[in-house]
Amino acid sequence: MSSNISPELTGKRVFISGDEAVAEGVRLARPNVISAYPITPQTIVVERLSEMVEDGSLDAKYIHVESEHSAMSAAMGVSSVGARAFTATSSQGLLYMAEGVHYASGGRMPIVMMNANRSVALPWSIYGDHRDSMSMLDSGWIQIYVEDAQEALDMIIQAYRIAEDPSVLTPIMVNLDGFVLTHTYEIVEIPPQVDVDSFLPIFQTPNKMSLEKPKSMGFSTSPADNMEFKYQQHMAMLAAKNIIETADKEFEDLFGRSYGGLVDSYNCDDAEIVLITVGSVTGTARIVVDNLRLKGIKAGLLKLRFLRPFPDVEVRNILKNVKSIGVLDKDISFGFEGTVFTNVNSALSHLPKRPLAVNYIGGLGGRDISVSDIEGIYNELIEITDIGKVEDSTRVRYINMGVEIDD
Amino acid sequence: MIKPELQTYKIPKHISDYPTGPSYNAGHLVSKNAGWRTFKPVVNLDICTGCYQCYLLCPDGAISKTTNNKIQFDYDFCKGCGICAHECNFKAIEMLKEESSK
Amino acid sequence: MIDIKKITAKNMTDKEFFFGHKACAGCGGSLAVRLALKVLGEKTFCALPAGCMSAVGFIYPQMAFLNNAIISTFPGTGSMLSGMRAGLDALGYKDTHVVGFAGDGGTADIGLQALSGAIDRGDKIIYICYDNEAYMNTGVQKSGLTPYGTRTTTSPAGDNLPGSVTQKKNLFEIVAAHDIAYAATASVGYAQDYMNKLAKAAQTDGTSFIHIYATCPTGWGTSTETSISLAKEAVDCGLWYLAEYENSEFKINRKPKKLELLKDHLLKQGRFKHLRNEDIKVIETARDIRWERMLKKWG
Repeated sequence: MSSNISPELTGKRVFISGDEAVAEGVRLARPNVISAYPITPQTIVVERLSEMVEDGSLDAKYIHVESEHSAMSAAMGVSSVGARAFTATSSQGLLYMAEGVHYASGGRMPIVMMNANRSVALPWSIYGDHRDSMSMLDSGWIQIYVEDAQEALDMIIQAYRIAEDPSVLTPIMVNLDGFVLTHTYEIVEIPPQVDVDSFLPIFQTPNKMSLEKPKSMGFSTSPADNMEFKYQQHMAMLAAKNIIETADKEFEDLFGRSYGGLVDSYNCDDAEIVLITVGSVTGTARIVVDNLRLKGIKAGLLKLRFLRPFPDVEVRNILKNVKSIGVLDKDISFGFEGTVFTNVNSALSHLPKRPLAVNYIGGLGGRDISVSDIEGIYNELIEITDIGKVEDSTRVRYINMGVEIDD
Repeated sequence: MIKPELQTYKIPKHISDYPTGPSYNAGHLVSKNAGWRTFKPVVNLDICTGCYQCYLLCPDGAISKTTNNKIQFDYDFCKGCGICAHECNFKAIEMLKEESSK
Repeated sequence: MIDIKKITAKNMTDKEFFFGHKACAGCGGSLAVRLALKVLGEKTFCALPAGCMSAVGFIYPQMAFLNNAIISTFPGTGSMLSGMRAGLDALGYKDTHVVGFAGDGGTADIGLQALSGAIDRGDKIIYICYDNEAYMNTGVQKSGLTPYGTRTTTSPAGDNLPGSVTQKKNLFEIVAAHDIAYAATASVGYAQDYMNKLAKAAQTDGTSFIHIYATCPTGWGTSTETSISLAKEAVDCGLWYLAEYENSEFKINRKPKKLELLKDHLLKQGRFKHLRNEDIKVIETARDIRWERMLKKWG
């Protein structure tokens, strides 16, 4: 039995997986062309989309590309003529199309891509962590990390709105944690198509090939001009911050759901210890914060929803009076530290007085991060606050290792 | 436009003078290719039959048809490769050394 | 059989769609692009991967294409074309051509996978491979379509090796093996034949492919004015061939009439001038075996 959601159900609540929620969001966003190659744990997204194309509930062309590199290349072809493109991938596939990822952002093509966060070989692992998307942080794409299936659906729709804004014209990667979010089921509200249509107009752009105004696109530059194009990209990504906030507010007005914009801060106003998270692990952390608050501990949680553009202003404002922070990275830049930690610390370096900061590396290759793991982190943050400093050698800590390691 | 045209390129002074992203209006030329030549083609219109083989085979499209069914050269964009002279079945085109003073 | 209007030097459009480019004087590849666009017209959207034609056609701010054109990633021409076609169709465009111009390296080597995918999907695109028999844009390195005995910068000829030691990859037959709607080989030395094939490709309901032999005076070490005559001679002495794959059948368009010109044809090119008699014998034998097979199977 197909769990395809027929259009009569829009405006209804259904019990679907994260991947299926993405497919629903895509259908509502009305892409013109889908080009995708299957890779675990993204496969359900592209399977559902092919069913929607087959039964006519999604009026799009579906290109069965023969590789991920071609998936992005085809999506760029679609975007270059002014049509709305969608693709999805994960891990090895994201890296196989890496050339195209840079190409699309440099080409100012507002493509939306879902990425199922999955560990990158070697060793092989089909399970989730953030190493794939973190390795593409400098590629010029806006990067969103969603916490649950509802946010996944909603952010696919918002992604097109943000990406296609004339001041932005930057592609967007919507990240879902592999398996723990892509394959788990929740109640999700499917917004009505007519409401989505009023939120997300038909894609219009001057940056396209057409018969009225033929263009030369994707050209070469000499050293005399290249930096200026890169500067433009950087400024557009910064301009996206305003559009992100506006989109969140307008989405709330129309659909009744707000996600806080660039970040979502939970109990941070008077917090002394704060954990910074990215993605679905935030849901687990919320439970821990609630428990700690019941015990009178001033714990807070800061969910970074966007890693690019980086919410440096928000990070500084929210954390400036916090005593100790932990940053939970499901990635590691070997030889240094987790990438989220590096980004957060750089933002905090502007403050005259900064919280103590510890990096927690966890969840690699699908390693579980439990309520007790997170409680353990907060307990350490309390200790660190008492001690008043963090040793250099213990700034980066691996959690939930399955074996003893020598400290 | 019948073919890409030479324009005066306004060197950007402000970032907004650049196009958004690497896209530009098609057919915008800023420089000629004339300086590449060592030899330049010259046609004897009395011999030229208007068969248009040279016009067909010029890799640069630097030959065009005249209203009286002959040919003429666009010396701004002719690179002097000599294909036209070599392929002309009537030996109507000669490659002459470009004047050294320019 | 659709009545296909024949485009000739006399009746073709006066418009020049590829003009002002920075290709070398006498470049066969640029002629291939120029003629294709004159046949296909202004409702043509092109994609060109990294390679000579993209390198000479769009260096900001010199834009040598009059019609719509975009540079694709090196391996991605086939798939970018598929995306352009799907996008144009979805937006309701009518009577457009979607054409790719890729070199031998960008087609037979790094671009083969994406081309295969496009043909497999039957996407309504035209893929033109201009074959100058090496990676010319990057400085004349050996490609999968570099013939035996060629001196290139990565297959030097010396005391131990005669240049490249492999035969040309059989790209035309690889493409035909997909049972493509229409495929053809061509040469800038037979321009009218090429334009006739372009007209057929334009009418094909499905994917079409033209593999055109394109002289490179720079990489071949030949004088610029002989680019057309050399490309004609290559066909006449049997090193290259004019053939088609249509309605699932092969057809030879022209049998080589001057096989004896082979040695002279090779030795007047800088890239072959080192060949010894035994190397030429290898080339000659391979040519003869190839033709024997083609004549037997394709009639």
